[in-house]
Amino acid sequence: MRITLSVNGREHPLEVEPRRALADVLREDCRLTGTHLGCELGVCGACTVLLDGEAVRSCLVLAVQCDGRSIRTVEGLAGPDGRPHPLQEAFSAEHALQCGFCTPGFLMVAAAALEDDPGLADDPERLEAVVGSNLCRCTGYTPIHRAVVRAARARAGRIGRREHTLHDEPEGRDADGS
Amino acid sequence: MKLPAFDYLAPATVGEAVDALAAAGRDARVLAGGQSLLLDMRLGRARPDALVDINGITGLGQVRVEEGALVAGALVRHRAFESAGVAPGPLGRLLSLAVADIAHPPIRARGTMAGSLAWAHPASEWCAMAVALDAEVELRGPAGERVAAARDFFLGPHATARAPAELITAVRVPLLDAGTGVAFAEHRRTAFCFAQVAVVTALTVVDGVVAGARIGLAGCADRPVRARAAERSLLGAAAAPPEGGGTPPPGHPFAQAGRIAAEHDAAPVAEPYADPEYRRQAIAVLVARTLSGAVADLRAHGEADREAGGAR
Repeated sequence: MRITLSVNGREHPLEVEPRRALADVLREDCRLTGTHLGCELGVCGACTVLLDGEAVRSCLVLAVQCDGRSIRTVEGLAGPDGRPHPLQEAFSAEHALQCGFCTPGFLMVAAAALEDDPGLADDPERLEAVVGSNLCRCTGYTPIHRAVVRAARARAGRIGRREHTLHDEPEGRDADGS
Repeated sequence: MKLPAFDYLAPATVGEAVDALAAAGRDARVLAGGQSLLLDMRLGRARPDALVDINGITGLGQVRVEEGALVAGALVRHRAFESAGVAPGPLGRLLSLAVADIAHPPIRARGTMAGSLAWAHPASEWCAMAVALDAEVELRGPAGERVAAARDFFLGPHATARAPAELITAVRVPLLDAGTGVAFAEHRRTAFCFAQVAVVTALTVVDGVVAGARIGLAGCADRPVRARAAERSLLGAAAAPPEGGGTPPPGHPFAQAGRIAAEHDAAPVAEPYADPEYRRQAIAVLVARTLSGAVADLRAHGEADREAGGAR
């Protein structure tokens, strides 16, 4: 089938078999290998991408279902000038990754949640659901939790005058993780 | 594994979808959210010749309140139920409580309530909710439209009264009256596991006494179960959780109802990590807990429900 995927703002006209998952087409046809495939069963979440702004498992969506729709992958997070997304900076600052395999999925699920709900950091239940969406076998999740809170606060311009945080750092530490 | 080849059909109308499903000589499956179907295909448990993708059909994605019921079209995603405002009164609260335990946000963004009913997994939260609340399934097939009551719909694991050429077009869930408290409880090994046991409860109280009870059980038999014996045992009982909270002690009407649900209503199936005795214990505890929870919900929201003029 002939389809067109709009990935990170760029149109990709493609010829794909219906049986192929969005994740495989992103990696093999669009050559965007930042999206990782772990379990391919919708469990681990490493393949999470944004489909029309909503976080989905790209292993459980067919590429042909995305014809004409807008997809954002981890490659589309950084700004046009190459500056990392606040989430990427926060993940770095909080050491929210070790091996990095799960990181693209966590970044995308968190990016969708933050865009949907800028007050995410103040909603522990929602935050828990977001961080609990994917599997990480290195970090124990706590640093990821901290990173998402940090990014949410940075986005809200509240770094430096936080009412409460999961992990208070000494004053003077670089606030934006740069 | 990667998916095997299949024919992909993307009808634009319900009629075309039914025609595609009815086309002779092939095993065609409906692709809605795909979060269970594509998973089953990856595991080799389903190998359809054709997928009929209904995502392009307009009008199936609407959720509305109509004639005392919440009507959710076949493409309404789980996510739509995350807000208690999806339905007025206790029903909206119950749906929002239950949906929080259905997979994770990215799965809930795709998966659908109608799809859960069609898939009919014995541990499905929506299926238990459907039997507890007397939901109805609207179907369209080659012979026209029909409505199936949830109590007649589930025939076993992944087996329903839906004919292969029928499409579920909507799920109709009756609203719950003001004066009803709701609760949901689920027991599972980890946040990534299916429910070992889940309980959906709606308790109607008049003058401090239980006047109506609806209890749905997931993971308690080869299909969703309505715990009718437990419900009967509660009628006329004082709607009073134990003093100081906590699990109702033996002898308390809520604990007795839990025991009855476990012994008489449930027919647990042995599974790794959950043999029938273990499940019966979990059922008894969870049912008792949801009954206390339903009274607490009513105390917290009953007044507001009543001021909103009842749900209907």
